[in-house]
Amino acid sequence: MSFDNLSDFLAMGGHGLYVWSSFALGLLILIGNVLLPWLKLKATRNQLQREYRRQANQNTPASASDT
Amino acid sequence: MKSPARFEAVVQGQGNPPGDFAVFKAALLREWRLQVRRRGDLLNPLVFFALVVVLFPLGISPTQEILAPVAPGVLWVAALLATLMSLDALFRPDLLDGSLEQTLVSGYPVAPLALAKVGVHWLLSGLPLVFLSPFLGVMLYLPWQAQGVLMLSLLLGSLALSLIGSIGAALTAGVGKSGVLMTLLVLPLYIPILIFGTGAMQAAIVGNPPGAHLALLGALVLLALSLSPWAIAAGLKIAVSGE
Amino acid sequence: MWKWLTTLYHRLGSPKWFYQITGRWLPWFAISALVLLSVGLVWGLVYAPMDYQQGNSFRIIYLHVPSAILAQSIYVMMAIAGVVLLVWKMKMADVVAQSMAPIGAGMTFMALATGAIWGVPTWGTWWMWDARLTSMLILFFLYLGLIALREALKPQEVAAKACALLAIVGVINIPIIKYSVDWWYTLHQPATFTLTQKPAMPASMWLPLLIMVLGFYALLGWSVLLRARAEVLLRERKSGWVRETLEKK
Repeated sequence: MSFDNLSDFLAMGGHGLYVWSSFALGLLILIGNVLLPWLKLKATRNQLQREYRRQANQNTPASASDT
Repeated sequence: MKSPARFEAVVQGQGNPPGDFAVFKAALLREWRLQVRRRGDLLNPLVFFALVVVLFPLGISPTQEILAPVAPGVLWVAALLATLMSLDALFRPDLLDGSLEQTLVSGYPVAPLALAKVGVHWLLSGLPLVFLSPFLGVMLYLPWQAQGVLMLSLLLGSLALSLIGSIGAALTAGVGKSGVLMTLLVLPLYIPILIFGTGAMQAAIVGNPPGAHLALLGALVLLALSLSPWAIAAGLKIAVSGE
Repeated sequence: MWKWLTTLYHRLGSPKWFYQITGRWLPWFAISALVLLSVGLVWGLVYAPMDYQQGNSFRIIYLHVPSAILAQSIYVMMAIAGVVLLVWKMKMADVVAQSMAPIGAGMTFMALATGAIWGVPTWGTWWMWDARLTSMLILFFLYLGLIALREALKPQEVAAKACALLAIVGVINIPIIKYSVDWWYTLHQPATFTLTQKPAMPASMWLPLLIMVLGFYALLGWSVLLRARAEVLLRERKSGWVRETLEKK
């Protein structure tokens, strides 16, 4: 461990601003690179499922016309 | 093209199909006739080149102390942009009127055709740029000993610029308004040419031999000459398949 | 081994198999990315010793170097995918290439931004025309060009082939650009202090760096697979297997 306490760790020997802003930005990009595709995959799945259900309903309109 | 009988023979499967060089020669003639007729298109890049150079004294300062050191960069960047502008419409007319597709389905090798097109274009727009440059160099107080190197480096450099830029022109031939897109694709690839071209001029200005830079520039030209016809041909095939 | 690889290659070429196989790979990439990145981050930020010259600002290396390595290798991977598409007409290669482009641009941006921030305590300015940063900037423009070309061309197959060709042309040019920029830099600014060139880093410094690089690669795999799976579903929406897989759930 190269730091004695938490405030030393946060200060980074006077370079805290640079170190923490880089790591915040870096983590943001890393998380975004996983989170956004994951949301996209879920949205794609939902969209296609809705599409298929709509097509299935159009193919079987029998129950609606009987009444 | 010269003798219909021979053409017929080829179409009917008799006789040998023309080799790469024959195709290259025929294409060279056709391109020359076509491109010479579009006089306006030939003049515009030259005017553009001169105009961009004129902007710098107006934008920075007209004094010799400031203009002379930046002259190599200004001349080279202006030449680079002028080449890029002139290449934009290299393949689009042929794609739109269908003649490009005809040449591709004709079964002739495409790379020599592409090389002929780029070669004629360079003769008619790259070479005039080289001859215009010393006058603009004088206007930017470029030292006399660098004038020859300016022309020599532009002579080599504009060849490489035309060859590499044509790849971008082929890829974006099918895009309606491709000016900015093509610039975005091609400019990063131009950076080595810019570096070696201005490097040769700066060496000449301070009195060093510019040979190493020019040799590297020549190597780039040779590399572009051997690889880019194939890339242009592939790009044209892709562009035609999208029509 | 060779036979196993060729079967894997052919299976990955079919969209259905691709979707199923990558579904099994996904958790492995996710777990290894999370473990490697958290170990690397904590080690690099807390346990790695301070640099005697740059102080604690040197810890930015744990993001700067992995992102720079990835930025370069992703472009090469895209060019390889381009060759696979153009030569063997394997459409899945384009799905992978398309999924990689935004990640590559993001990694290049991260390398540039961390380099700029690192420059403040080291050089005293936000930007220096350092050879490495300049080549990274050019690489960023190459990525933007690829993304713009794909946006501009309309039928998907045409865009795929055009991007593949551009990636191959770009990958031939990258070494030339890098060499010329290095040369330009030495001509104009004779050897100043470069950010990451260090005389023999101790293991306590480079081990976390190695772990971070591996973690970045695992995250790349994770992200590419997620993007590629969504893209495969969209492109194959008309085929039966997509409907079956989605209706099962």
